[in-house]
Amino acid sequence: MTRRAVLRAAVLATLSWPLLSWPVLAQDKPAARIKVVATFSILDDLVRNVGGERVESTALVHPNTDAHVFSPSPADAKTLKAAQVVVTNGLGFEGWIDRLVRSSGARARLIVASTGVQPRKTSGHGHDHDDDADPHAWQSVANAKIYVANIRDGLIAADPAGKAAYQANADAYLRKLGELEAEIRMRLAAIPADRRRIITNHDAFGYFGDAYGVTFIAPRGLSTEADVSARDIARIIAQVRKEKITALFLENVADPRLLERIAKETGARIGGTLYSDALTDGKGPAPSYIEMMRHNAGELAAALTH
Amino acid sequence: MVYDLLLAPFADYDFMRRALVGTFALALGAGPVGVFLMLRRMALMGDAMAHAILPGAAVGFVVAGLNLWALTIGGLIAGLVVALVAGLVARVTKLKEDASLAAMFLLSLAVGVTIISARGSNIDLLHFLFGNVLALDDPTLLLIAGSASVSLVMLALIWRPLVLECVDPGFLRSVSVAGAPAHAAFLALVVLNLVAGFQALGTLLAVGLMMVPAVAARFWARDISMLVIVAVLSAVVCGYFGLLLSFHTGTAAGPSIILMTGVFYVASILFGQGGLLRQLFPGRHLEA
Repeated sequence: MTRRAVLRAAVLATLSWPLLSWPVLAQDKPAARIKVVATFSILDDLVRNVGGERVESTALVHPNTDAHVFSPSPADAKTLKAAQVVVTNGLGFEGWIDRLVRSSGARARLIVASTGVQPRKTSGHGHDHDDDADPHAWQSVANAKIYVANIRDGLIAADPAGKAAYQANADAYLRKLGELEAEIRMRLAAIPADRRRIITNHDAFGYFGDAYGVTFIAPRGLSTEADVSARDIARIIAQVRKEKITALFLENVADPRLLERIAKETGARIGGTLYSDALTDGKGPAPSYIEMMRHNAGELAAALTH
Repeated sequence: MVYDLLLAPFADYDFMRRALVGTFALALGAGPVGVFLMLRRMALMGDAMAHAILPGAAVGFVVAGLNLWALTIGGLIAGLVVALVAGLVARVTKLKEDASLAAMFLLSLAVGVTIISARGSNIDLLHFLFGNVLALDDPTLLLIAGSASVSLVMLALIWRPLVLECVDPGFLRSVSVAGAPAHAAFLALVVLNLVAGFQALGTLLAVGLMMVPAVAARFWARDISMLVIVAVLSAVVCGYFGLLLSFHTGTAAGPSIILMTGVFYVASILFGQGGLLRQLFPGRHLEA
């Protein structure tokens, strides 16, 4: 190596120093925010609440889209590669994420938001995740608090300069979550325990049911794809009568008149739309995690109290 | 045992009773209409008209959602318009009526499916094409029953010209001017019954309960009154057994009903008067 080359390298290193050390400068420059990629919209919302101004968060699976049927595109790989922090749910929810992270060549810090959550077993239908753990842990607010703590710690590790801001944001958000949890408990506790029985084809409410004392039962033999047979309807009606179900939350099943018929014949109430795996956009009833949980609790309480 | 198999489904479940009543009412209205369609060599026209309903119902759906009246009025208008236009095209151009109907109904199907897909989901589309005989609420049942009542009264009024036109259209023209109005009223009845059937069986299958029993009745009866009676009775029986089939084996309800009429049709081909077995073994008929 000639002296000239050494000199050139030294000049280059000096010039690029500000670039390499940008987290230090980030406080002054709002443009250099931490790039975070969350796998789906609910995590994205939590990250935004904890990260505040210091992070720029995007969701791979957009609002109103089902994470179960998400298929990553080349653009998603590009987003991931640019990310400094990737937040996943874990518990087998994102079967595709490991492969995507590896193939995108991302060197981001990985935060598994559900770390430390006590996993519950799935009710054993519908899901083709690798293991038996039910991944929808965020449906209990207590778990969401663990998520928030994990995200806070992960962001601090990635961006130590913002420690104070992350802690303050997380504390404020955790307080809101505490209020939310108390509110949900209060609304559902007002309903007698033996009336809190619901048939739903959502398989995402296991944690919610455990946390707030609502029994969710899967409908027998009702699929969203096939044309409905008389036997299917008869089974549902028999099930509602036998198991003393109070309300039905069945989505995308045949036509609304059919559900009305079942309701009339059994005396059970037909519930509205519940949101489980994705937030809605700004116009929908569940644009944030807190609003989603409040909406769901409201729908459930309304259907259970005639 | 027999009770569990044949009666318990209807005794235990309200939706089964409603489906049964709806099917009976449909059979009452559609049976006679089907017989006349067949006798006037318009059997395939029923199919064409059924498809013609779809775009009208689809527009109703876009305007008002799954609203009974929107669907019905849309379907009625579209069906009548297609019948008129097809007749007009046949009269003023060199196309025959069946040819212009074939073109119209394919267009209607395409337009209808496009409209529904643009607004609704696949489930909505399935609902339109195959209906839902298990979801008959009060207004729908009243609509079907009303359509059957209107059909029966109208048929009684235009019975004579209709029969004459089947047998000897030339003679009818020479003695009466009732031919053209009777024909128009009859076409309206076809549309009315198809729209009623559409609520329960969808556009693709509504015509099944109308045509298959009528065609099968041909093997059992000679004069028109008997044809009508056989068609209606067999449609009623097929509706009953179709619902039972769906209840016990879990097959889709609407198609099960039409499947039963198919069984009756095959049986008629084999065992009916002038059927295959009678032709192959003519002696046994005399011995018996």
